[in-house]
Amino acid sequence: MIKIKNLHANVEGTEILKGIDLEVNPGEIHAIMGPNGSGKSTLANVLAGHESYEVTEGEIIFENKNIVEMAPDERAREGLFLAFQYPIEIPGVSNSVFLKTAINEIRKHKGEEEISAKDFLALIREKAEVLGMDSSLISRSVNQGFSGGEKKRNEILQLLTLNPKLAILDETDSGLDIDALKIVAHGVNKFKNDNNAVILVTHYQRLLDYIIPDFVHVLYKGKIVKSGDKNLALELEERGYDWIIKEQPQAV
Amino acid sequence: MSEEIREDIKLIEDHTSQEYKYGFVTDIEEDEFPKGLNEDIIRKISAKKNEPEWMTEWRLKAYRHWLTIKEPNWAKIHHEKIDYQNLRYYAAPKKKPELESLDQVDPELLATFEKLGIPLEEQKILSGVAVDAVFDSVSVATTFKSTLAEKGIIFCSISEAIREHSELVKKYMGSVVPQTDNYFAALNSAVFSDGSFVYIPKGVRCPMELSTYFRINAMDTGQFERTLIIAEDDSYVSYLEGCTAPMRDTNQLHAAIVELVAHENAEIKYSTVQNWFPGDKQGKGGIYNFVTKRGICKGNNSKISWTQVETGSSITWKYPSCILQGDNSVGEFYSVAVTNNYQQADTGTKMIHLGKNTKSTIISKGISAGRSNNSYRGLVKVGKNASNARNFSQCDSMLMGDQCGAHTFPYLEIDNSSATVEHEATTSKVGEDQIFYLNQRGISTEDAVNMIVNGFCKEVFNNLPMEFAVEAQKLLAISLEGSVG
Repeated sequence: MIKIKNLHANVEGTEILKGIDLEVNPGEIHAIMGPNGSGKSTLANVLAGHESYEVTEGEIIFENKNIVEMAPDERAREGLFLAFQYPIEIPGVSNSVFLKTAINEIRKHKGEEEISAKDFLALIREKAEVLGMDSSLISRSVNQGFSGGEKKRNEILQLLTLNPKLAILDETDSGLDIDALKIVAHGVNKFKNDNNAVILVTHYQRLLDYIIPDFVHVLYKGKIVKSGDKNLALELEERGYDWIIKEQPQAV
Repeated sequence: MSEEIREDIKLIEDHTSQEYKYGFVTDIEEDEFPKGLNEDIIRKISAKKNEPEWMTEWRLKAYRHWLTIKEPNWAKIHHEKIDYQNLRYYAAPKKKPELESLDQVDPELLATFEKLGIPLEEQKILSGVAVDAVFDSVSVATTFKSTLAEKGIIFCSISEAIREHSELVKKYMGSVVPQTDNYFAALNSAVFSDGSFVYIPKGVRCPMELSTYFRINAMDTGQFERTLIIAEDDSYVSYLEGCTAPMRDTNQLHAAIVELVAHENAEIKYSTVQNWFPGDKQGKGGIYNFVTKRGICKGNNSKISWTQVETGSSITWKYPSCILQGDNSVGEFYSVAVTNNYQQADTGTKMIHLGKNTKSTIISKGISAGRSNNSYRGLVKVGKNASNARNFSQCDSMLMGDQCGAHTFPYLEIDNSSATVEHEATTSKVGEDQIFYLNQRGISTEDAVNMIVNGFCKEVFNNLPMEFAVEAQKLLAISLEGSVG
């Protein structure tokens, strides 16, 4: 699905990612954990192609193509999806116009027909129900006046309707109460199948109680310093990050 | 001697001496008048149009006043001094070189038509291609006119109205925008070329938007346009001015006047899309658009609503206003002004509350890109008898890039303590974050910018008639092409 090789990236001249290697195969869920400032969100944004980040070295091979030079909208059409940590408000643009445009862009890219108004509505209704969302949210402006929880749910609604190959969830659990967290997790589990993959970027272990990862990686100072299975997350929950940091020769 | 007679004698004296002085010998067959402006030129314009004597005098009065005043300089615009003696004030509608097919039309122009979704037959008319019988604008106009005539509605050119409906014109022309109103209004009053006249009789609801006909037939109204709309008691009319298609006009100075009169319970909705040549990317050329638009809600419970989408002209100086004289009358102003490259717009409105319980709403959306400057300038005035007057103003500016400017100049003059006045203003940038978010869902940067900008203007577009709104959205996209990313 995606193969990241020796990835280095800068923000305003400061190197944040210092050589990341990661491979995610279809059917897998990977969790990226780490203390604040370790580069987790940077990694998510670099994968999505945010222009504020400059890749200085390395490769990102997505579905057998190096996408380092690919524009963010092309990556999205190729099937790479990022659920934002802070979903953006777009005043005056209705959720339905936005979603329909996005769906059609992706369909066009695949050489498919545009979705009919009827099918679109049915699709939205079906997916909104999974998330227990009020269908009135569809006619409201994108994320405008949404509560934190509504915004995160709206991200997952987009995930379900766009149905990408790879979903990167950037701190989707932050700011959610336990009920909202369960709903979001339920949405992600519904999305997941043997042909797609998920990268969860999270600071806390609690999301991983509901979305069970196949692999857990710890990011520290721009590098993956430890990888393991779901038990690593539990260990981190119990012991914090300090013990791993202490294992790092340059960190002391 | 009564005042009236004295006035008449004076007029005659003026007139005869003028004739003598300049020797009124004109070959009216010529297509263009010589450059420059003087009383002789004005008489020639009036003669050319077979105007009655009173109209000629009316024009001259405006001209004489114009000579005594100076061009205003308070707007936030800069331009080279206009040499008024170096302009031509009358040119007969010229026959455009007739082309045989669209293949002969400038491909750039065709590409724009395409983006706007203008029907093929109409593209031909707009670009001067000979049109076959399929789309005969004369027959369209005839059908249209007879439908209106059945209801007693008058809709014709102002020149025709001056000849055929002299009493109505005499009564209302200049009653909202006097000849002495301002520099450009005085100039227009002296030399106005043509424009439209609309009269809606008492109790009549105009059955159609006055537009389809207009779009094709008003192309040659020229640089000094003049429009007068009168809505009698309990009547309604929606009028669409302008054309979303790119207008190629070589006249640099435009100074139009629009006057609206709404009697008791009458409603006038006036929508404009202005897309004159904005100048090139370096800021060369472009139309200077100095417009005076004003409506009066004369009767109780009357309503005037201005909606404008301004994307063209290198300079826009325009403040469509409402005088709310009747009790419970309502004034509305919805505006989108877009400037790109080196364009300058200073636009807004004046809401003059005179009657009781009068209400006004101002929604202004300014979008600046490139190196342009976009100013909102608005006055809300509440007279001392206007008890319980209410105003709500919202002025939002959006910046694209960091070399453009957005400015807001709200003026309030409140002479009645029972008035409620609210003003909200915001300035935002088309955020890279917003674009990235839309990109991340597969939407291209160009489409993302259009989506964001159209969302920003939504409240205004909602007030445009449906077909116009769709065109306005496309027009915005064209105006802002290439301004981000």
